[in-house]
Amino acid sequence: MIKVYVSTVIDASADNVWQRIRDFNALPQWHPAIADSRIENNDACDRVGCIRHFHTRDGGMIRERLLGLSDYDFSCTYEILESPMGVDNYVATMKLTPVTDGNRSFAEWSAEFECAEGRERELTETIGSGVFQGGFDALKRHFGRR
Amino acid sequence: MLQKVVRSTIIDAPIERVWAVLRDFNSHDQWHAVVEQSRIDGNERSDQVGCVRSFTLKDGNRIREQLLTLDDREHKSTYCIVEATVPLQRYVATVTLKPVTEGNRTFWHWESTFATPPGMERELREMVATGVYEAGFENLRRHLRVGADLRASGSQPLPTALPVAARRVVVARYGGAEVLQPEHAETAAPGPGEVRIRQRAIGVNYFDVYLRKGWMPSMLPLQGGPAVLGMEAAGTVLDVGAGVMGLMPGDRVAYVGPAPGSYCSLRCVPAAWVVPLPAAVEFDTAAALLLKGLTADILLRDLGHVRPGTRVLLHAAAGGVGLLVAAWASALGATVIGTASSDSKARIARDHGCRHVIVSSDYRFADGMQSLCGGADLIIDGLGEAAREENYKALAPCGHWVSLGQASGALAPIDPDWLVQKSASFSRPVVFAYLHSAAALAERCERLWAALASGHIKKPLVERYSLDAAAQAHARLESRLSVGSLILVT
Repeated sequence: MIKVYVSTVIDASADNVWQRIRDFNALPQWHPAIADSRIENNDACDRVGCIRHFHTRDGGMIRERLLGLSDYDFSCTYEILESPMGVDNYVATMKLTPVTDGNRSFAEWSAEFECAEGRERELTETIGSGVFQGGFDALKRHFGRR
Repeated sequence: MLQKVVRSTIIDAPIERVWAVLRDFNSHDQWHAVVEQSRIDGNERSDQVGCVRSFTLKDGNRIREQLLTLDDREHKSTYCIVEATVPLQRYVATVTLKPVTEGNRTFWHWESTFATPPGMERELREMVATGVYEAGFENLRRHLRVGADLRASGSQPLPTALPVAARRVVVARYGGAEVLQPEHAETAAPGPGEVRIRQRAIGVNYFDVYLRKGWMPSMLPLQGGPAVLGMEAAGTVLDVGAGVMGLMPGDRVAYVGPAPGSYCSLRCVPAAWVVPLPAAVEFDTAAALLLKGLTADILLRDLGHVRPGTRVLLHAAAGGVGLLVAAWASALGATVIGTASSDSKARIARDHGCRHVIVSSDYRFADGMQSLCGGADLIIDGLGEAAREENYKALAPCGHWVSLGQASGALAPIDPDWLVQKSASFSRPVVFAYLHSAAALAERCERLWAALASGHIKKPLVERYSLDAAAQAHARLESRLSVGSLILVT
């Protein structure tokens, strides 16, 4: 089991950041690596169990299922059903926690998965630095501008 | 209704560093300004789940709290109040740390729930949130900053341990006190088995003078560049290397070691040299006392076998070791006759337990010793060659002459046939040979702290110099004008 954990501090309240990332179908609106997204079967984007079907900007298709969503904990957990990355049993969680000292939030994004031997480092790098930190950087840019 | 308080912040230091402080359930009197003094009940360790810390606040309130959870993987500690003079009821608090991977910082979450007497909800919520949690955030930042381990905001991420700027006093060539030169330096991160100590007080010993003069070049070689004197110091642990058990950042400690190098503000030493300091022993006292007190312990116990009635001739009775030996030996029932170079020193030596003090500036004391008590069973000699004949004359039959130092010059070889005439024994002890293991050191230190606590030895008289003024401290020690122990402070 490989674990990836990335965290950062965003200069906006957890409420505000959560509004931007809560929508399971909103990746293209805030994550620079995602080109488009739709929810399968016309489900609501906050129905636990719904599936998002999206493409990365380099053309890869990914399907992910929402496993948990909490407006109380500001957290969202999902699994990958289908992707070109070559990962198995991939479950990820994104979570915000208010930082009471200043109007900031502590953001965590973590994943556990399995993969072919020898690819651990490459995938950890792609997921940790590319997907997770790349998403955080975009959020920080967005909230830093305001 | 239960009240809930949540406070959180970002600390600009790696999680390992923050957790090292917070996981110690008894560390808060060192970093949190509202806490006056804290101890763990019943000699339990501060990381033992279930242990209880009893502490007083600066405002006089007393609180006892029990550790309910300690989790090194989750960086989490939960505790509750079991007894308090403040009206917090059913108070349960949790500290959680999480790494901020971007920038190698730490997210610190502190929350609690509690009940209060009616009408006091707001006041107590405010007290916990502001007075304890928010103040604690700031205090811990300051604590880490004092340890020079908190970087300016916006700077580059910090590896877990870095070299830290320090001040030290070096000897580039052997000679007089003037060869001691202060300079800037860096102290590397502690290696495996090492402890990095922020030194507050450094003991100055006559041994340092011998090394400075080049009498023992093998102990202070200068071929490889300037060297640093000093065998002991007291301070706080900044951080520890791999494999070090039982010492945490912030711990108050002292050390003695067989390799010189303590004339500096920050030093890495083997953990085996280090002993924790009891709360009642100040840094100045520890630095003034440790090596000299351990020397006294070895002299009286291992070498002198001092018992009631043992006649002790104690040279330099008003010096650092002298005052300790005088007090401790007389507490053990010995008759202690001292020598000193002036009437004022003689008075101090008498105050510390000498039955009589012979004042002499030309090493004449043997007749006095013989007429006062018929000779010495034990001579503790730091005088050296100039007093050689007098010491021999002062010895009682079967007496034991312990040569601890040679202030007047190195002793010429002692002829066994000379000793046989008095059936005398002669010792030339090296203190560190008696401190061969951490256990031996710990046992002797316990005896020393106990002797201090019981009043068998007095809190040492201390003359303090700044580290940069080490040359003046040496000049003072060699002038024979100083009384008691000299220390350098940083």
